[in-house]
Amino acid sequence: MAELAQLLEEWEPVIGLEVHVQLATQSKIFSPSATAFGAPPNSLTDPLVMGLPGTLPVFNRGVLELALKLGIATASQIRAKSRFARKHYFYPDLPKGYQISQYDEPLCENGHLDLILGGQVKRVRLQRIHLEEDAGKNTHVGAVSHVDLNRAGVPLVEVVSAPELTSAEEAAEFMRALHRLVRWIEISEADMEKGQLRCDANVSVRRRGEDRLGTRTELKNINSFRFVQNAIEHEIARQLRIIDGGGRIERETRLWDASAGQSQTMRSKEEANDYRYFPDPDLPPLVVDGPTMGAVLRTLPELPAARFERYVRGGLAPDDARTLVGERALADYFDAAIAAHPSEQGAKTLANWILTELLGALNAGGLSIAHAPMPPDRLSRLVALVENGTISGKIGKEVFEESYRTGEEPRAIVERRGVQQISDEAQLWAIVERIVANNPRQAQEFKNGKDGLFGFFVGQVMKETQGRANPVITTDLLHRALGR
Amino acid sequence: MSLELWSIAEIAQRIHAGELTAARVLDTMQARIQNVDRELGAYLALDGDRVRADAAEIDRKRMAGEPLPPLAGVPVSLKDNLVTEGLATTAGSKILQGWIPPYDATVVARLRAAGALVLGKVNLDEFGMGSSTERSAYKKTRNPWDTSRVPGGSSGGGAAAVAAGLCTASLGTDTGGSIRQPAAFCGVVGLKPTYGRVSRWGVIAYASSLDQVGPLTRSVADAAAMLQVIAGHDPHDSTSLPVPVPSYAQALTGDVRGLRIGLPREYYEGLADAEIRAALDKTIAALVERGAVKVDVTLPHTQLALTAYYIIAPAEASSNLARYDGIRYGKRAEATDLLSLYMKSRGEGFGPEVKRRIMLGTYALRSGYYDAYYKKAQQVRALIKADFDAAFEQADVLLTPTTPTTAFRFNAKATPLEMYQADIFTLACNLGGLPGLSVPCGLSSEGLPIGAQLLARPLDEAMLLRVGGVVESAVGLAGARPSGVGGI
Amino acid sequence: MSTLTRKEVEEIALLARLHLEASELEALQGELTAILDHFSALAAVDTTDVAPMTHALPIELPLRPDVVEPSLPASAALAAAPKREGDLIVVPAIIPGSDP
Repeated sequence: MAELAQLLEEWEPVIGLEVHVQLATQSKIFSPSATAFGAPPNSLTDPLVMGLPGTLPVFNRGVLELALKLGIATASQIRAKSRFARKHYFYPDLPKGYQISQYDEPLCENGHLDLILGGQVKRVRLQRIHLEEDAGKNTHVGAVSHVDLNRAGVPLVEVVSAPELTSAEEAAEFMRALHRLVRWIEISEADMEKGQLRCDANVSVRRRGEDRLGTRTELKNINSFRFVQNAIEHEIARQLRIIDGGGRIERETRLWDASAGQSQTMRSKEEANDYRYFPDPDLPPLVVDGPTMGAVLRTLPELPAARFERYVRGGLAPDDARTLVGERALADYFDAAIAAHPSEQGAKTLANWILTELLGALNAGGLSIAHAPMPPDRLSRLVALVENGTISGKIGKEVFEESYRTGEEPRAIVERRGVQQISDEAQLWAIVERIVANNPRQAQEFKNGKDGLFGFFVGQVMKETQGRANPVITTDLLHRALGR
Repeated sequence: MSLELWSIAEIAQRIHAGELTAARVLDTMQARIQNVDRELGAYLALDGDRVRADAAEIDRKRMAGEPLPPLAGVPVSLKDNLVTEGLATTAGSKILQGWIPPYDATVVARLRAAGALVLGKVNLDEFGMGSSTERSAYKKTRNPWDTSRVPGGSSGGGAAAVAAGLCTASLGTDTGGSIRQPAAFCGVVGLKPTYGRVSRWGVIAYASSLDQVGPLTRSVADAAAMLQVIAGHDPHDSTSLPVPVPSYAQALTGDVRGLRIGLPREYYEGLADAEIRAALDKTIAALVERGAVKVDVTLPHTQLALTAYYIIAPAEASSNLARYDGIRYGKRAEATDLLSLYMKSRGEGFGPEVKRRIMLGTYALRSGYYDAYYKKAQQVRALIKADFDAAFEQADVLLTPTTPTTAFRFNAKATPLEMYQADIFTLACNLGGLPGLSVPCGLSSEGLPIGAQLLARPLDEAMLLRVGGVVESAVGLAGARPSGVGGI
Repeated sequence: MSTLTRKEVEEIALLARLHLEASELEALQGELTAILDHFSALAAVDTTDVAPMTHALPIELPLRPDVVEPSLPASAALAAAPKREGDLIVVPAIIPGSDP
C-alpha cells in the first residue's frame, strides 16, 4: 500500500463543515424560557418546549439581531423574506417530532469566512447561514435513556461552508476562525465544552484536477478543535486506504471516538430519515427591512481579518498580528495602546510588550485581557519611557512588574526609585575606565581572546550603576576601553 | 320556554336584574345534563369545583353591585380539542387519555374572563378529523332531532348540546366545515371566523393553516356575543391578525336592502337534494323580498377544493400529530426499545381515521412527492382564493347550502371518500381563509334541519351576522325544537 | 403513482411511526390508493406562475422582545410524563447503529 503522502499527491481531500452555534440570547428562540446552561433538569421548559398540544411558536427578535450580525460580518446575502420550515424525525429529545429550522429560504446565503493561515488570509465561501432551534439532551444510562429538555428551543444558527477546505488543518482553522468571529461580534460564547459550538464534517476525496466530488462521509461528535483536525485526518487516511486497496467509499455517517482515536459507522445516509420539510404554517415569513439591517450594521466592529491585514500593513509580523486578533479585547487593547502612544512608530514595540510582558503576567494570574490591571494607555507610557531612553529595557521590565502590581504610574516609579538610564558618555566612560583599571587580569585575558569575559565587564558596570547604564553605550565604551 | 333554551341576552338580563343567580343556572344545566346526556352523549367531561366557584363569584359580584362581564352566568361547553387547565382534555383520542393540561387556551381564558360558566368538554371526531363525530374514541353523540342519526362533525358534541339545551353556547373548531356542518345537521347557528381572527393558542392543532375556533349557538345574536369575546389579536399566536375587533352587535341591523347576494353556480349545480334546494330557494326569495339583489357568480375551481383540502389538511396533521408519542404526556405503550415505543403508542393510541390521514399526509410530504402534492395543493388553494376575490367584486356575500344532505344515519358512509364528500360545500371557505356562517333555514320532510351557508370577505363577519340575522327571522326554525331526546 | 404497494404502505407507516396490524395495512393500502387516485386530478391544473398560498391573509412574522418569563417548574412540566426518574424523563434505550 502506498504511503499517505504519496496518495495525497494524487488525491485531494475535500471538506465541508456544518457548524451549529448557540446564540447568546436571554430567552429561547420560540418561547420565553431562559437559555441558561447547567440548570437542574427540565427546569427551563414551558408548554411549547414540552411540545404540549395546542402550543404555538413566537419568534424572539434577539435571535434575528444576533444572526444578522453574523450574516453581515460574513458579507452574506440577507434574504428580505425568509421562512421557517419543519424538519421531521422522531427522537426523544425532539418534543414536537419536528425541528423548526429553515430549508428553502434561509436567512443568509453566499457569505464568506476569512481564515488566517500561514500568514495569509484565505477566504472560504459559506453556502448558507440559517436559524433553527436546538433539541434537548438524551443521555444513555444502561438499558434506558434520560431526557432533559432544558436545551430544547435554544436558538442556533447553522453555518454551512462550501466544500472548499482542502485539509484537516484548514478545517480546524475554519473552526477557530468561526469561534473567534462569533465571540468577536458577541453573538455567542461558543464554548465547545458547553456544546455552544458543534461541528459536523463532510469529508470526501477526489483526484487532483477533477471537478466532480467523491462520495462523502459525514463525521459527527467532534467537540473540540483538536478533534476536528484528528478526526478529519483520520477520515482522509481511512478513505485513501480504501481507495488504494481498490474499494469504494460508502456514503455513511460516522461517529468520532476521541479516546479510541477512530470513527465508527453510525448509519447509512441512504437510510436516513426523509425529513419531509415544508414551510411551518404557524410562522409567517420573517421580514428583514433596511432600518433593521442598518441598526445591526452600526453595531459591528472592525472584523478580525480586516484588522489582521491592517496590523500586517502597519509592520507587525503576521504571527504577532494573528495572535493579537485572536480575541477582540486583545486587539482593542492594542489599538488603544497605539492611540495613546506619542509616536507613530510604536506598533511593533507595543505589540511585543503586550504579547510577552502583559500576556505573561495575565496568564500567571489567570486573568483575561478584559480584566487587565494595566490599562493600555499606562502601558503605552511605560513603553515610551523605554523607547526614548529614559530607562533601559531591563529596568522597563521591572517597572512594568511594579506598575502592574501596584497601579503606580511608570514615570513616578522611575523617579521614586531613581532608575533613570544613564546615557551620559562622559559619566559612563569614567565608570568603564575605573572598572577596567580595577580588573587588570580579566582585561588582559579578554585582550588575549577570552570573549566570554565581556559579559563580566558588562555585569560590573551594571552592578556599579544599579542596572541603569545604557547598555548600547556601555558596550561601545567597554570595547574602546578594552581595546577590542 | 325555560332557562335551558334561553339566549345569552335573556340570561344576562336576568342575572343583571338579580332575578336569576349563576348558581341556579349551574344547577339547572347540570341537572339537565344528568337527565339527558346519557342518551345524547354530548359531554366527555364535566367540570365540578371550578365552575361552582366561578358561579359563586358572579353571584358575589352581583350582590356587591360590582360590574358584571358580558357573559356572566352564561353556561357554555367547549369542544374537547380546546385545552383547559385542570380539566381533562382528550381531543377525542385514546392517545390523550387522562391528560390534564397545565394551561388554558386563549379562547377559554377569554370566556372565563367574560364570566361564562364552563360546564364541561364536549365530544368530537378524534383530533377534529371527521364529519359525524362517529370517530370519537370515547362515545357516540346522537342528533337530538333524530337519535338514529349523526349530529355531524367534527364539533358534533357541541352542536348537539346547544340544540338540546345542554348549554347556551359552545365553542367548536372548523378546519373544513366542522362547525358549520354540525350546525346545519343540528339546526343551530355555527360561525367560522376569518382565519387569524381568533387565537389558536391552546387549540389542539389539526391543520394549522385551516383551523379556527368559532361559536355554536341557537341564534345569530348569540353568535355575535360569543365572537365579541373570543375575537382579537393574541401575541401567543403568530398567525393571529393584529387588527381591531368591531362591535358585532351593531352588525345586526336587520337590513339587507341593496346587498348583492352571490349564488355560486357550482354549489347549486352539485346539489342533488330537492328539499335542501327548496329551502335555499325560499331563503333567497326571502332576502330578495327584503331588498337584497341576487347575483349569479362562478367559483370555477370549486371541484378542486376537496382534493386540495385532503392533501393540505392531512399533510399538516401528520406533522402536528408527530408529537404524540407517550413520552412526555398521554398514553404510553409497553415497549423495551425506543422504536417499538413510538410504533405501539401511536399505533394503539390513534383511531383508524387519524391513522389514515397521517399516512396520507406523510405520503404527500415525502421528498419527491412534495411538489406534486402539497405544493401543488397550495397553488390550487391560491386559485380558489382568487375565485372568491373575483366573486366578491360582484357580490357582498355568498349564499350556498351548507351540506349536500341532511343528517345521515350512523354507519351510513361506507368509505372514507364518501365521508369526505359531506364537506364539499364548506371546505373552500377554509382554504380561502374566509369567514363562514351556517344558519338554519328550514326542516326537511323528515323533520331534519337544513342549513344555509353564508360566506363573506376576510374580516367581514359583520356581513355574515347581518344577513344571517335576516335569514333567521325570515325562514328560521322559529319555535321548532328537537324532539329526539330530552324534549323541553 | 396509481397503486400503492404493500411495501410502500409499510415504509410510510414506519416513517410515521405507526404500528399497523396486517388487516390495517391491507385496508389502508386500498383506501389510500383510492384517495391518491382521486388526487391525480391536480396534476392537470395549470399552476404556472401561481405562488403557493401559505397564509390566508398576508402577514409578517411578529417579533417578541428577548425577555425571559418564568418556566414551568419541573414538577408541573413532567406531571403527565408516564415514566420519570426524578426530574428526567425515561425512555427505553436506542439500539446503537439503528434508527430510533
